[in-house]
Amino acid sequence: MQKLDENFEIRKDKYDFRTNIKPVYQVGQGLTRAVVEEISRVKKEPEWMKNIRLRALEIFNSKPLPTWGPDLSELNFDEITYYIKPEERKSTSWDEVPKEIKETFDKLGVPEMERKYLAGTVAQFESEGVYSKIKKQWEEKGVIFMDMDSALQRYPDIIREHFGRVVPASDNKFAALNTAVWSGGSFLYIPRGVHVDLPVQAYFRMNGELEGQFERTLIIAEEGASVHYIEGCTAPTYSRYALHAAVVEVYAKKNSKVRYTSIQNWSDNVINLPTKRAWVEENARMEWVQGSLGSKITMTYPSSILRGEYASTSNLNVALAMGEVWKDNGAKVVHAAPNTSSKVVAKSISGRGGMSVYRGLLRINQGAYNSKSSVQCDALIVDDVSKSNTYPHNEILEDTAAFSHEASVGKISEEQINYLMSRGIREEDARSLIVLGFLDDVLKEIPLEYSIEFNKLIRLEMSKMGAVG
Amino acid sequence: MESQLSNVLNIENLSVDVGERNILKSLNLTIKSGEIHALMGPNGAGKSTLAQAIIGNPKYKITSGRILVNGKDITDLQLYERAREGLFLAFQEPVAVQGLKYINFLRTAYMSLHPNEKLEYKKFIEQVQELLGLFRLDKSFVERSLNDGLSGGEKKRMEALQMLLFKPKFVILDEIDSGLDVDALKIVAEAVKKAKENGTGILIITHYKRILDYVSPDFIHVLVDGTIVESGKAEIAKKIEEFGYDYYRRGEASAKVG
Repeated sequence: MQKLDENFEIRKDKYDFRTNIKPVYQVGQGLTRAVVEEISRVKKEPEWMKNIRLRALEIFNSKPLPTWGPDLSELNFDEITYYIKPEERKSTSWDEVPKEIKETFDKLGVPEMERKYLAGTVAQFESEGVYSKIKKQWEEKGVIFMDMDSALQRYPDIIREHFGRVVPASDNKFAALNTAVWSGGSFLYIPRGVHVDLPVQAYFRMNGELEGQFERTLIIAEEGASVHYIEGCTAPTYSRYALHAAVVEVYAKKNSKVRYTSIQNWSDNVINLPTKRAWVEENARMEWVQGSLGSKITMTYPSSILRGEYASTSNLNVALAMGEVWKDNGAKVVHAAPNTSSKVVAKSISGRGGMSVYRGLLRINQGAYNSKSSVQCDALIVDDVSKSNTYPHNEILEDTAAFSHEASVGKISEEQINYLMSRGIREEDARSLIVLGFLDDVLKEIPLEYSIEFNKLIRLEMSKMGAVG
Repeated sequence: MESQLSNVLNIENLSVDVGERNILKSLNLTIKSGEIHALMGPNGAGKSTLAQAIIGNPKYKITSGRILVNGKDITDLQLYERAREGLFLAFQEPVAVQGLKYINFLRTAYMSLHPNEKLEYKKFIEQVQELLGLFRLDKSFVERSLNDGLSGGEKKRMEALQMLLFKPKFVILDEIDSGLDVDALKIVAEAVKKAKENGTGILIITHYKRILDYVSPDFIHVLVDGTIVESGKAEIAKKIEEFGYDYYRRGEASAKVG
């Protein structure tokens, strides 16, 4: 049960603070071959990784900016700083993390969440992981959870085998950019048959403007393994933009189950362009849960490629587009084997001039016999100045497949507000109740701590709204 | 204890417009704690307008007159503020809010209406479930969405349930009897009597005499063309049944009064 009408404080600015530290190292502005080589050199990477980066840079340079979605013309790749190393050490104890950075994560509640209900944590500040820890009982079972740079040093063969296969650099301009300048991110490996029954969390914090965070995450769930990975993201507000372009690759092997929950609450100046994709093998299950609260622009379409028979996936997406923001969210599913199933649910709220878009691709290949898919997208527009669009793209190439698609666009009605107000409820609380009701079936899929955040944020947003249009 | 309650709702010379149209014309009505008033009248007489104007729906513009609760002028208060002054309307057609669970709604409303009461969540749920039992509704209703996918009769019963739960000073029941079968009507009538015993002042808006047979109102008012044309006791309901509202329209009532 979520508390709605109690005297909690609403604090969006809980995340809006700047940490005063001097990075130990950063590359100069702009993106050149020298910058890419420098990043690789500083990280003491193997030659093959440097070559992957350099090839990706060429791909990045050869691809135009996408123009089919939100306006990205503000991005000037020459003024961005691509790599900022905040600290020399990588710690496995919070006591070893430099004071300012530890205080930052304390304010964000990261160590507290870790103590309360997580099996492991990776914390990234700017370009580097500064802390990682997996609880002993899981470590003993062979679970690996650490920042990606450390993983490359310690498990180069595993990384080499899996890196860039699910999301090749050529996938899109920002996947190429990430591959060229990636830093940090997390590596999660679950051995065969191991069920990690508490979630693990990676927390990404950006601290500046005109900088980029390009974390690279690789998740491998071996046969019959299961895990729930949570990702949290925040940054302080600045007048200029900051760019976040992550790549996430997930291998869900036979009979495994992976849930990937992402709650981004980036500040209003962040441009968020991650590429996330999973390969889902026979009888494996991949669940994407996306809570998109913040950022100025977001384009994200988590994808599942159902490669093995009876593979399944679900994709739940909640997006808030409040104010001068554009949320371009969606899902991609490719049914590439028989008897596969997928379910996509996307809900969005737009207000104060916000734009929310559902953009999806659903393909059932010929030969993917008896595959099933349902797509549902619902939008709620809370005033007269905001927008919502839906661009579903469905390619059903298999005759025996079953596919359904439903979409709805709704508004908060005056009647609803009046009814709730006639029960003593203030107008902004009435709006919150209606919005939270609309989101109810998806919010319950979000981890409690974050759904409380969602609640607070919606109350805050609704209190900013004027009278019913 | 209840008998000590002495709340008074005064409606003085109330005129109300909807859009450009004048609907109510200088209407007067006084309701006290523990009284049941019935307001009868033909379609379009302004019955629902009166209900909406009393609770403060902004669509219904009060052009003159005032509404007082225990002498306090609430005419300029917003909907939620009037609710907090103790006014409650059981809606004729309560609107649905998808995904908003009853328990969440009831609790938020209760805390808004009784800010000084410390609400124990467990006890509150028990109380709601007890009331659900009283209205012959399944306990699972607490998890259902507000008015969403309910039958007409279920919606009406949930409105009446709120009347008992929220303990308002004054209740307006807008055609609570329409769409109810005999059994449900009896249950709702029992709830109205219970509210009366608790000291609530009640205004029942209805077309039909049927519900009045169960609750025996203390006063019956006849509303025609935005004005109360006659007030009295049970015999008025019989008269309406016999002669219809045309009787009042032809002006015969005034001729026969006294």
